[in-house]
Amino acid sequence: MRAVRDFINSFFLVELIRGLMLTGRYLFSRKFTIEYPEESAPKSPRFRGLHALRRYPNGEERCIACKLCEAVCPALAITIESAPREDGTRRTTRYEVDLFKCIYCGFCEESCPVDSIVLTRVHEFYMERRGENIITKPQLLALGEKYEEQIAADRALDAPYR
Amino acid sequence: MAEIQELLWILAKILVIVIPLFTAVAYMTYAERKVVGWAHVRKGPNKIGIWGLLQPLADAGKLVMKEIIIPSAANKVMFLLAPVLSLAPALAVWAVIPFDEGLVLADINVGLLYVLAMTSMGVYGVLVAGWSSNSKYALLGALRSAAQVVSYEIAMGFALVGVLMAAGSLNLSDIVRAQEGPFWHWYWLPLLPLFMVYWIAGVAETNRLPFDMVEGESEIVAGFQVEYSGMSFAVFFLAEYTNMILVGAIAAIAFLGGWYSPFHGIPVLGPIFDVVPGIVWFCLKVGFFQFCYFWIRASFPRYRYDQIMRLGWKVLIPVTLVWLVVESGLILAGVGPWF
Repeated sequence: MRAVRDFINSFFLVELIRGLMLTGRYLFSRKFTIEYPEESAPKSPRFRGLHALRRYPNGEERCIACKLCEAVCPALAITIESAPREDGTRRTTRYEVDLFKCIYCGFCEESCPVDSIVLTRVHEFYMERRGENIITKPQLLALGEKYEEQIAADRALDAPYR
Repeated sequence: MAEIQELLWILAKILVIVIPLFTAVAYMTYAERKVVGWAHVRKGPNKIGIWGLLQPLADAGKLVMKEIIIPSAANKVMFLLAPVLSLAPALAVWAVIPFDEGLVLADINVGLLYVLAMTSMGVYGVLVAGWSSNSKYALLGALRSAAQVVSYEIAMGFALVGVLMAAGSLNLSDIVRAQEGPFWHWYWLPLLPLFMVYWIAGVAETNRLPFDMVEGESEIVAGFQVEYSGMSFAVFFLAEYTNMILVGAIAAIAFLGGWYSPFHGIPVLGPIFDVVPGIVWFCLKVGFFQFCYFWIRASFPRYRYDQIMRLGWKVLIPVTLVWLVVESGLILAGVGPWF
């Protein structure tokens, strides 16, 4: 009986027409396409993109060269050298992130006791020449200044869960 | 002087058919990407020009600029001849296609036979391409193509035999005139099984999904055209799409009443719709079949090789044979809407 039903279903194209109807419905449904350069999908406040070093509101850099981030980094992407500043505080003289090594896991941000190194929402970045993949301390601080508003807003949103 | 004039006149006639045809092919690629995109809940090309309407031009520009790579192991003459071999028959058929009452380049009495002959010629381009590329994927694609096209040619031919029995003529214009009347006078209704068989065989004949064993991207990369690039590939592409339009055009002529409007001959609606020129109705019908091509492509997965053979030999051919016998009986008994 079942064989007969299967035969009728396929011989009279019942199943094929059912399939065509399904795709026909989708032909007119609302499209999911996001036209990327003009539009983009919503991003989580926890998005882990390009790195940045933050400053306190008074302009003092947050990083105290504890090197926890360097120690926790699973990809060994962070290189830190430190020395005492004129006022006697310990600061980094060198803070470099190799973007090729970095796996954007966010451990550096989690380990940071002063919320200095953060991963921003920026994911559209590129390098033109060899060596540009290593971003230096001034670049990181500049990124922090540029995106501070966004960074602070994201951290505030995520604060209850930390 | 007279000869030159004659020659120019012939050339003009050719261009009047070929240029709109190639434009149609260009915009079919666009329509295909749009329809398949919509079926995937995407938008399809929409960046170049308004709604992406200039996309075909950009694609054509790209293909023209690209280098034609000839494999060192290939048979050079045959390799370059193959695209021409597949495009020439595809274009030649258009000589006998009636676009409107009297609007046909060559109104010959064996039009249908000529169409069948020319469409079968197209497979030689594929075979030669596959053989001369000297590549295993290309050869496999060509062999599959040979088997598939030969099998489906039979079903397709039988389906058209049913049409010529009903119309009593091989002349394509006469076939259309025999269907004169509103849409239930057209042959798709009395010859519905043959219509379906013709359409399925037509999709297989043009090597479109779900019968694209010849290309079979996931199995043999691109089949017979794997070694072709640039314009040599574009010519195959043109041939394929010209053939698709052709299958749609033959379907419109043989089963959907060619240039007649769907309401032709009805008291009130008939005259209203007859204002629209016949060629527009013809193009709409052909366009409908092209849409079906894209719709089917977006819906069905590819057949396995043995399944294609099974469908061709054990389903389509018996169905057409049975229906031909039934039809002959009806004609002998003097019943049927075609009298």
